[in-house]
Amino acid sequence: MAQMTMIQAITNAMATELKNDENVLLFGEDIGVNGGVFRATEGLQEEFGVDRVFDTPLAESGIVSLGLGLTLENYRPIVEIQFFGFLFEAMDGIAGQIARHRVRSGASKSTPIVIRAPFGGGVNTPELHADSLEGLMAQTPGLRVVIPSNPTDAKGLLISAIRSNDPVIFLEHMKLYRSFREDVPEEEYEVEIGKASVKQEGSDVTLIAYGAMVQESMKAAEELAKENISAEVIDLRTVSPVDYETLIESVKKTNRAVVIQEAQRQAGVAANVVSELSERAILHLEAPIKRVTAPDTVYPFTQAESVWLPNKDDIIERAKEVLDF
Amino acid sequence: MAANEKLNPVDVLSEIEAKFEMFQILNEKGEIVNEDMDPKLSDEELVELMTRMVWTRVLDERSTALNRQGRLGFYAPTAGQEASQIASHYALSKGDYVLPGYRDVPQLIWHGLPLTQAFLFSRGHYKGNQFPEGVNALSPQIIIGAQYVQTAGAALGIKKRGKDNVAITYTGDGGTSQGDFYEGINFAGAFNAPAIFVIQNNNYAISTPRELQSKAKTLAQKAVAAGIPGILVDGMDPLAVYKVTKDARDRAVAGEGPTLIEALCYRFGPHTMAGDDPTRYRTSDEDSDWEKKDPIVRFRTYLEGKKLWSKDKEDEIIEQAKADVKAAIKEADATDKQTVTELMDLMYDVKPSNLE
Repeated sequence: MAQMTMIQAITNAMATELKNDENVLLFGEDIGVNGGVFRATEGLQEEFGVDRVFDTPLAESGIVSLGLGLTLENYRPIVEIQFFGFLFEAMDGIAGQIARHRVRSGASKSTPIVIRAPFGGGVNTPELHADSLEGLMAQTPGLRVVIPSNPTDAKGLLISAIRSNDPVIFLEHMKLYRSFREDVPEEEYEVEIGKASVKQEGSDVTLIAYGAMVQESMKAAEELAKENISAEVIDLRTVSPVDYETLIESVKKTNRAVVIQEAQRQAGVAANVVSELSERAILHLEAPIKRVTAPDTVYPFTQAESVWLPNKDDIIERAKEVLDF
Repeated sequence: MAANEKLNPVDVLSEIEAKFEMFQILNEKGEIVNEDMDPKLSDEELVELMTRMVWTRVLDERSTALNRQGRLGFYAPTAGQEASQIASHYALSKGDYVLPGYRDVPQLIWHGLPLTQAFLFSRGHYKGNQFPEGVNALSPQIIIGAQYVQTAGAALGIKKRGKDNVAITYTGDGGTSQGDFYEGINFAGAFNAPAIFVIQNNNYAISTPRELQSKAKTLAQKAVAAGIPGILVDGMDPLAVYKVTKDARDRAVAGEGPTLIEALCYRFGPHTMAGDDPTRYRTSDEDSDWEKKDPIVRFRTYLEGKKLWSKDKEDEIIEQAKADVKAAIKEADATDKQTVTELMDLMYDVKPSNLE
């Protein structure tokens, strides 16, 4: 075990796979000698060489499509998009091409590509850096969308993503990069993609969250406990596909649920979760499932983040509404 | 305050444009006009190239007819572009990668895709896209420009593996306006990757004339923006197209990076068979001017002059092509219908819970 921040765990996962498989390549804007704008790829070019870890021209469409082309020679690209707000430049490359590559070849080709990108609010970034766009990816058949909330999951999920023969969108919340450390195993291990994690068991209400909202939910659960409300906190970890089995099992026990996301109400994946649980667990519900989300505006100007982003207080309020229903 | 002098931005347009003169070897009369550049193909190779072009012309005629009968689906006519499509492909090796656009099915067929599968692609059946092992190609790209950026990646892969191969891709004149067109040639240039980028300039993107795409006098000069060589070639001249592609391939394999080729050509038919009517935007004079440049006519004249071609030989190829089409359509008809389960099975290597 070693104490690691989430970003160190991510670097560690990439180093592990660069070592394990010579077909793994890592590229993007400023990820080489610079080690990435967040130091996620620090030291990797030095260790593995410029043939394995390299910088690209500044063009997101070109970068992700370079990845697709490289799979024809059986490379396994880890592609970095500097900030996920720049997704729109690469939307055809990802949703129109990479997500469809296997099926459009009648499964005669595979697409072992990981697209890593930072996102998420609370760190005062300029425009189109922090937007939560996972909903767009989750609506795209052919992709898996992974969002870790802690260093241990980040390492295991990223190793699984790199080993997957299907494309994975791996979204890294900027606020979580260095906000805390935890013991992370130094050896290689996988965390299964598509499996949620019960962060805290509870019996009164299920709080379903992902990304930075997991920590907010944990804080909310702690405060609710002081009022003798027992909240079960579930970290989705993968937002496409969602692990409904784990969610349904929890709802059968608590009979109440709140789905929490940082994205706007019309975005994210919360609406999916609510509708699936409504279809599959309605008879176990004592109250409507409520959502904690950001308002349906453009991502806020920096100074408005604190009043716009959802937080633990919003979660507590919504949980109580569900309990008092 | 005194008025400032006007700044003179660097203007080398006239110099640049002068460098992109159309390269030709065989003129409209089938005469060699550029002996020094003649690729000197053997008699067998010349006959093979002509055979492929005639076969492809018949394929176009039959595909158009089969589409009208409802026996084919999506089809983008190719008649007129045999030199730009077939002669460029003829300069490749088996191990090279072909990343075609939606009009570039003939190159795929000559690269090894069975005709039956090409027809299944047209109809919309996944089996049409299951390329046999060793056919290094992707299925026709519908998103104009996407094949260009992907080609930069395929070429970089080839370079990293140390192979003596190239990746070739095709787009049309309209496609040169896309961002992915520029990104593709620029990435390949920056990585010095062995790629050949072909623009088949047939003067129209559906109804939009070439002049509306860009003020640039040639499309080949767009190579300058990527810092790579560009060449304008008579796309109705099989020998010239072969020569420029072969040279580009040689340079790429020698580690000298990518080339952009603009082939000036014409499509005799409509944009696609999905209701496009070229009489709305093209004149019959224009059509007949270009028909005089027909690559098959000039190559036939040239080969007949060398006693390498005859009407009998051509009829034999035509009959063979018709028979091939008939057999392939029959085989396509006999292909099992698709099911939703199959489609779900094709999606992922490991099936996610929502598809179980």
